[in-house]
Amino acid sequence: MTDLAQLVPYDEALSRYEPVIGLETHVELGTATKMFCGCPTTFGLEPNSAVCPVCLGLPGSLPVANRAAIEFTIRIGLALNCSIASWCRFARKNYFYPDMPKDFQISQYDEPLCTDGWLDVDVDGRAFRVGIERVHLEEDTGKSLHMGGATGRIHGADYSLVDYNRAGIPLVEVVTKPVAGTGVLAPEAARAYVTELRDLLRCLGVSDVRMEEGSLRCDVNTSLAPHGAADWGTRTETKNVNSLRSVERAVRFEIARQAAVLDAGQKVVQETRHFHEDSGSTTAGRSKEEAQDYRYFPEPDLVPVAPARDWVEQIRASLPELPAARRARLQADWGLSGAEMTHLSNAGAVDLVSATVEAGASPAEARKWWLGELARRANESGTELSQLAITPAHVARVSAMVRAGTLNDQLARQVLEGVLAGEGDPDTVVEARSLAIVSDEGALAEAVDAAIAANPDVAAKVRDGKTAAAGALVGAVMKATRGRADAERARELILERLS
Amino acid sequence: MAAGGAGMARELTRLTAAEIAAAVAAGDVSAVEVAQAHLDRIVAVDPDVRAFLHVAGIGALAAAEDVDRKRAAGEPLGPLAGVPLALKDVMTTTDMPTTCGSKILDGWRPPYDATVTRRLRDAGVVILGKTNMDEFAMGSSTENSAYGPSHNPWDLTRIPGGSSGGSSAAVAAYEAPLAIGTDTGGSIRQPAAVCGIVGMKPTYGGSSRYGLVAFASSLDTPGPLARTVLDAALLHEVMSGHDPRDSTSVDAPVPPVVAAARHADVSGLRVGVVTEFSGGGYQSGVRARFTEAVELLESLGAKVVEVSCPHFSYALPAYYLIAPSECSSNLARFDAMRFGLRAGDDGTRSADEVMSLTREAGFGAEVKRRIMLGTYALSSGYYDAYYGKAQQVRTLITRDFDAAFEQVDVLVSPTTPTTAFPIGERADDPMAMYLADLFTIPSDLAGNAAISVPCGLAPEDGLPVGLQIMAPALADDRSYRVAAAVEAALQERWGGPLLAQAGELGEQAGGGR
Ligand SMILES: [Zn+2]
Repeated sequence: MTDLAQLVPYDEALSRYEPVIGLETHVELGTATKMFCGCPTTFGLEPNSAVCPVCLGLPGSLPVANRAAIEFTIRIGLALNCSIASWCRFARKNYFYPDMPKDFQISQYDEPLCTDGWLDVDVDGRAFRVGIERVHLEEDTGKSLHMGGATGRIHGADYSLVDYNRAGIPLVEVVTKPVAGTGVLAPEAARAYVTELRDLLRCLGVSDVRMEEGSLRCDVNTSLAPHGAADWGTRTETKNVNSLRSVERAVRFEIARQAAVLDAGQKVVQETRHFHEDSGSTTAGRSKEEAQDYRYFPEPDLVPVAPARDWVEQIRASLPELPAARRARLQADWGLSGAEMTHLSNAGAVDLVSATVEAGASPAEARKWWLGELARRANESGTELSQLAITPAHVARVSAMVRAGTLNDQLARQVLEGVLAGEGDPDTVVEARSLAIVSDEGALAEAVDAAIAANPDVAAKVRDGKTAAAGALVGAVMKATRGRADAERARELILERLS
Repeated sequence: MAAGGAGMARELTRLTAAEIAAAVAAGDVSAVEVAQAHLDRIVAVDPDVRAFLHVAGIGALAAAEDVDRKRAAGEPLGPLAGVPLALKDVMTTTDMPTTCGSKILDGWRPPYDATVTRRLRDAGVVILGKTNMDEFAMGSSTENSAYGPSHNPWDLTRIPGGSSGGSSAAVAAYEAPLAIGTDTGGSIRQPAAVCGIVGMKPTYGGSSRYGLVAFASSLDTPGPLARTVLDAALLHEVMSGHDPRDSTSVDAPVPPVVAAARHADVSGLRVGVVTEFSGGGYQSGVRARFTEAVELLESLGAKVVEVSCPHFSYALPAYYLIAPSECSSNLARFDAMRFGLRAGDDGTRSADEVMSLTREAGFGAEVKRRIMLGTYALSSGYYDAYYGKAQQVRTLITRDFDAAFEQVDVLVSPTTPTTAFPIGERADDPMAMYLADLFTIPSDLAGNAAISVPCGLAPEDGLPVGLQIMAPALADDRSYRVAAAVEAALQERWGGPLLAQAGELGEQAGGGR
């Protein structure tokens, strides 16, 4: 275990060392069936119910590659500006593990389907180009559940169960080139890359990219070298970092830890490390000396993948507008600054605002609600904006009512609250909670007269020309109508009567 | 059973598959009678031959009844409906165990049928049972079976070849007119040769590997064994064809093998004799019969030329790197987790320990030897020198074939350098055992078609010699055409099939039934 007391404070570490990061991201593809058989890929089924001789690796069974998975991988490769191989092979990665049905994984080794691309990411308004080394296709393993122990880990467990439903689900691995030059922004850059990749994959429709369900998983490589050093430092690979926040924390921790090691005159050990969500720390796993020899060789049960050029071009032509291009377009359409757009993007609100605008709201209205009241609500309940029980159409409807004067901002917030509470669509909530602005002149006049009568001193001041004092009378009208009055109209009526 | 009944049953087991199918289709005999006659024969001779690991009497009779019912109902019958068959125990079957001759799969009942199994059932072929084999098809004698060796019906003290030795012995002992074998380095052709029957290795990918428990994926090829060339062709046609479950399966029509087997004519055909195969190392009687066969082809109108295939000399070492490499990976799944044997799982041991103990207890010596060879050959730092180099040799051998087939239509050689050797003779000498596949391995590495057809007995031991006829990939029919011509001419010379010269099983010394 690392002694936490020995960590070098982050800023101090960065004052002496230059970090280089790298990310390996595994993405479960959203194909209907598994990579090499016809079993469904549905998440959360009864354990070992989505299995067959092929994905159980029974003797005699053979894999047949899923064309949709190959197409999805090519889509990802093209979206990441990669070259697509005209001919490549699957390879076997051999190692023994109970949740690996065949005791080898069908993967790609030195002949990946997609190579040499890039993805631009934005970190606090600074653009970084992250090089993509390769994108390759492989199959997922089953899942071991360790029973009887306190930790759910294999050590201390009484026995283990294996669920093979996940075995054979198509998995794409996206590997970056080393990312240097991010300096103090390395943790944020790592997070921004994964965020951008996630949005890209979602936009491509190739995965549901749910980190909490494990359909997007990251390994984070980090190394440090003294400023000005000719060579990069020895890297560590932190495995299974499974949330955006954890990606950032893992890099931050490794920088602080490796700086301590280097400060002490020791060498960073090339090893895999485990990330601990609770403490935000990493601990040592397998070192390079203990690393397995996977004995890769071309998979003889599968014919090579040779995507026809015109097929690749068809796929390229069918790519949707990618998140970065779309953001640039929307930023221009909506007249936002770069910082405003980044804020919207970081909040995960671009799609929501866009859909709200499409449903009739102005960009300013849509941003106001999603980044204001709704962001506050999401934050309070600890969920993502997109998980809130409200649709862009609802928000557009509320905006329209405000614009029409049927609601004011305060009433609108109450309507949103009602929608989020499951009371129905905005119109239903307005009806049920009687939230519409009182626009009946007679009722408003009554409330105005009552307010003047009840506040003779204030009324006198207004009569004397101190029109600013009318605010108190408006407040009284609002109170009497429980906020449903049109404040502007009430003010007009008050000034008419006291002029 | 009455004497006449026993006589008729004996006759039924002497019929060819083509004759049985015709008789069943015509209603001259029922499929059940045919199946029963063969089951009786198995009971009578298999205690000596030991061709079968599992006999499925009830299942066979049920399948036969189904054929009889279909015939009675006037439903169309396939060309082999009602014909009994012996299935190598490497093909999965839902109604029978599948052991691959290994303890590690003792008692395993696959939940699915191999594509070949399924096609046989659909065609009304009556599967009598599963035949013995060298463990995971690694061997040339069946001596590597965990269940003991099978015996050559020509001489029970000798090997029936391997790895498909149970299949070849069953056919030669009249326990079945047809059998399925698999060929990885010669495992169909060599046992066929030493048992005096016909065995065909189809073009790689011509017959499906789905449900064939893999030894070496890039080489394994299921194929037919039979007593006549026509029977082999009939089975070849029924079992073959594209299978979407096997990615390496050829998506092309099955070559016209049955028509070729009926077209026994080699006039004008160019036949090549491989120079590199004419060196020393083979038995004089094998050489004599081979030379005669070549002269026979010439007398039948073929044009015989010598062809050089310079890289064939490297085929054996290349094979013994590629096949073990693939096997070391293919056999990893025997890890005690989901099926088969589990040793040492007493609640105190880790999964790794149980895997090791199971593999230690479940695999035989030859399997372990090849797993270790393959693991070594694929290891980081050795890959290029071993596996990588062997693949290059493989490419060169394929090119040798391509060049040869520009000059000739087929290549011929002895199938195997010697006749059946005595059980135990090479058991402790793996290198001597490996030499049995010297002539068959090139076609496995190149993936082309090759057949073995009987060409006489070696004078010194009176045991059968096989002639191998190699044809280009997807030209399987050419092998059949030449084999049929050789078969017809030699049977005319012999006055009947070669197998008729084998002694009756009960009369052999050591037989005694
Ligand atoms: Zn499956």
